[in-house]
Amino acid sequence: MSLDPVEQAARATPVTVAKKIRGLSDRAIAWIFVGPTILLLLAINIFPLIWTINLSFTNYKANRPNRPVEYVGLRNYERILNDSDIWLNMQATAHFLVWTIVFQVLIGFTLAWLINRKFKGNDLWTTIIVLPMMLSPAVVGNFWTFFYQPQIGLFNYVVSFFTGADPSSFEMLGSVDLAPWAIVIVDTWMWTPFVMLICLAGLRSIPNYIYEAAAIDRASKWRQFWTITIPMVLPFLMLAVLFRGIENFKMFDLVVQLTGGGPGSTTELASINLKREAFEKWRTGYSSAFAIILFVTVFGLASIYVKALNKVKER
Amino acid sequence: MKLKRLASAALILGTGYAASPVMADDLTLCWAAWDPANALVELSKDFEAQSGHNMSFEFVPWPNFADRMLNELNSGGKLCDLLIGDSQWIGGGAEAGHYVKLNDFFDSEKISMDDFAPATVYAYSTWPKGTPNYYALPAMGDANGWFYRKDWFEREDLKAEYKASTGNELGEPKSQKELMEVAKFFQEREIDGKKVYGASIFTERGSEGITMGATSALYPWGFKYENTPGKYDMEGAVNSPEAVEALEFYKGLYDCCTPPGYTDSYMGESLDAFKSGQVAMAMNWFAFFPGLYADPDTGGDKIDFFVNPPQNQAGSTLGGQGISVISYSENQEASLEYIKWFAQPDVQAKWWSMGGYSAHNSVLNDPGFKDSQPFAGDFLVAMDAVQDFWQEPAYAELLLAMQKRLHDYVVADKGTAKEALDALIEDWTEVFEDEGKL
Amino acid sequence: MSYSITEPSSRQKKVAGSLVILYAFITLVPLFWVFMTGFKTPPDSISYPPKILFTPSLEGYVNLFTTRTRVSPETLQQLPPPANFAEEIVRNRNMVIAGPSKYGERFLNSVIIGFGSTFLSIFLGTLAAYGFSRFKVPFKDDLLFFILSTRMMPPIAVAIPIFLMYRKLGLSDTHVGMILLYTAVNISLAVWLLKGFMDEIPLEYEEAALIDGYTRFQAFYKVVLPQAATGIASTAIFCLIFAWNEYAFAVLLTSGTAQTAPPFIPTIIGVGGLDWPAMAAGATIFLLPVLIFTVMLRKHLLRGITFGAVRK
Repeated sequence: MSLDPVEQAARATPVTVAKKIRGLSDRAIAWIFVGPTILLLLAINIFPLIWTINLSFTNYKANRPNRPVEYVGLRNYERILNDSDIWLNMQATAHFLVWTIVFQVLIGFTLAWLINRKFKGNDLWTTIIVLPMMLSPAVVGNFWTFFYQPQIGLFNYVVSFFTGADPSSFEMLGSVDLAPWAIVIVDTWMWTPFVMLICLAGLRSIPNYIYEAAAIDRASKWRQFWTITIPMVLPFLMLAVLFRGIENFKMFDLVVQLTGGGPGSTTELASINLKREAFEKWRTGYSSAFAIILFVTVFGLASIYVKALNKVKER
Repeated sequence: MKLKRLASAALILGTGYAASPVMADDLTLCWAAWDPANALVELSKDFEAQSGHNMSFEFVPWPNFADRMLNELNSGGKLCDLLIGDSQWIGGGAEAGHYVKLNDFFDSEKISMDDFAPATVYAYSTWPKGTPNYYALPAMGDANGWFYRKDWFEREDLKAEYKASTGNELGEPKSQKELMEVAKFFQEREIDGKKVYGASIFTERGSEGITMGATSALYPWGFKYENTPGKYDMEGAVNSPEAVEALEFYKGLYDCCTPPGYTDSYMGESLDAFKSGQVAMAMNWFAFFPGLYADPDTGGDKIDFFVNPPQNQAGSTLGGQGISVISYSENQEASLEYIKWFAQPDVQAKWWSMGGYSAHNSVLNDPGFKDSQPFAGDFLVAMDAVQDFWQEPAYAELLLAMQKRLHDYVVADKGTAKEALDALIEDWTEVFEDEGKL
Repeated sequence: MSYSITEPSSRQKKVAGSLVILYAFITLVPLFWVFMTGFKTPPDSISYPPKILFTPSLEGYVNLFTTRTRVSPETLQQLPPPANFAEEIVRNRNMVIAGPSKYGERFLNSVIIGFGSTFLSIFLGTLAAYGFSRFKVPFKDDLLFFILSTRMMPPIAVAIPIFLMYRKLGLSDTHVGMILLYTAVNISLAVWLLKGFMDEIPLEYEEAALIDGYTRFQAFYKVVLPQAATGIASTAIFCLIFAWNEYAFAVLLTSGTAQTAPPFIPTIIGVGGLDWPAMAAGATIFLLPVLIFTVMLRKHLLRGITFGAVRK
């Protein structure tokens, strides 16, 4: 499905075409096309990134323009890595990341598999299922807080209808035990469709003749599922996991609206704490170091993961 | 010059009062979104009519107010010409140069700070604290108080039952501990076929909620930020035995007597709990009391108010704000004009009548003030014993640390009160060290 | 009908169909609840247990679009009779309408910034995608990876230097600033999606055009662009939805003039107590265009999601 970009490009620029361009050289034209984008990214991505790295070695505070800025070496990094609260943030983030992915993969794949039974009207229902992921996470989070209110919200009453528990006996957002799951539930509600769509693309990419051949070999449906369906869908599924992983590592809007990090610091994900440090405490230098650490972590994890993904693809 | 020409034109045309502006400006006033702000919109119509300037308003709800406005100030934004900023911002506003210093203006316009209640001038206007350097005019006095279901408190069956179970009369609590007793009495009681709860208190995590709630217990127990004012020696003050007891009390109140789901609640939630008939008592700022009293469903005869009860001493958490001119504004002249207008005694009197809490002596010392509203007398009592949070330029860091430690202990059940306060001293020490003050 | 071993049996289809439909219904409950709450009165919205049946009211929508001031009953009586249904609703709460709320402005900001940044991302993205698709660009792989990796930065981390930069340049809380920022974020997705679409357009068309004497640019906009129109359209929808929904940058970098609806909606708060119906009304109006868009353009959208993801 996906061609190597280099190969594609090589094929895409035959010598004959290149020679046909009049006036400007090939390279000049290429830069005219690509240049503006690169410039914009340099101005709004690369330059700020370098600035952030620079700031991370200072004690700069953006709300104190009159205070002298000093270089403090690696002190910010030291403080962050030795801060037990930051490690709790990381644990909360990991809990959120792992469980959202587990649920979304299980439910998303099941749904895709069911939709791929090609029942009547599956198109329309797919669209309806997809709706939550198209919405604004902040608005969704805001509204789920209402939904989760034990006394006046609907969620507890629905749970109590099915389990018989007293609706005001538990607090999804307020209890230390339930809040981490409350945010997982909302994220799963919102983003399962994404995993589902990618799985669906995977399922649809499996040519029928493979199943036909297997059936002729009298392989059971169960065996077909494990030896054909799963391995063929796996690269797609892993991609979906990569995207959800990166997105949820950065998670801010949805959770900040839902719990604001509470109760206590139970659901204080890395990004939420970063926002507090950077834009409420205004410890710009310190939070720049935190930002760099987060960026390096995502980047590192993603790179390792992509290597694994490529191995799976090669098989 | 254009300005001069217009001015002389105005003179020639005989629109002859000196304060008359020569050019109409569009002024934006920023404040929190709440009852008094809407009253201010009404009040300001007089200013618009007199001055010819147009007023527009940017109101942000409390949980986002500090966050949004401090961000705006720190970005050097021009959104607000006038800002009614929270009392704790004054240090940062003065030191970072967000606020215009008003001394010269006050002198030239003969506005005297002696005309305003001293506690409000100290808290809302001065930086460094208590010095005659003014960065705001007291705009709105406020403190944290309580209101309750008078109709429930007056029911004979409940009164008798309360007397039987506690030996006391059911009425406005006279101490913090009595408050808890009353709250316990109402907790999970059936009233008119509905299960009700004791009290709704502040537990909000994100901005300042739980700190404002818990200090309402800490101050009456005698909590101090420092042993010696100005020395930042917090050990033994912040974690004194009284402070520990007070914090344990607040957690006790949270555990025993709040409705389910009130784990992240501040002003809006507290009002909701009361208006939906869930609680017998609720904590909130005096600013809301006019609106509560006027509420057609739950106000009037059904409601009454009391000052935050004392324990070892009287003490209320200070709210309220002063009005400042933003230094990035391009309409500073007109903004000062607004402040000048606002400081007039008759405008202040009208401000109180519309639901704003004037801090002007002419209003507060008026013999009719006490009886003008059912909560007016309480307001004066509360303002006599108010305490405020740190007003340091680093206030946000100090506040966020306290929010975290308190919420961890009170709501998330982490550790003990002593551990929470010890950890708080560590956080605060670190902040003051970074500030170079320790 | 011929029997096929890969075609699921009709019973299987039925079971699968009902399970999926069940899930779809569960998924819709919260959305439906938002919609319903918008038509409740504030007391109904906070009644417990929650009301499923209620008398619909437009109070939420009235509150969303107005600011109101409380007045004394005496003043209320002296007023002329209410001019319209909105005033009537407000007066029942002892209040009068003081003026319009900020919701309209914030919604308009969302529209301006959303369409502005989408236009810019598509414009730049199409050029860049064409460049990457058809030319040998030095360090092409690195550049493409770099463009993609900009999406890995947490938005808050990006916002720190942007905040300082915009403060210096006076771009804080401006439409231009937000459009540029959203464009920078969107462009990575745009380039990747569009490059995929462009790669699929056979080279022969352009070659023919070049032989006919077209310049490179003519060939680009007369031959390639029309062919890529569908791809461009679906990419544009993605960019628009991102900009429409974005919260983190908006909450940190705008405060009024250029503030969009997502940071504003959670702060719609009534006079005393939380005004859930007004918030629900605001959410409904804000979410509805996206819902309609999604259902109408589902073919392109769904393809775009999988295509963009899988290609990466």
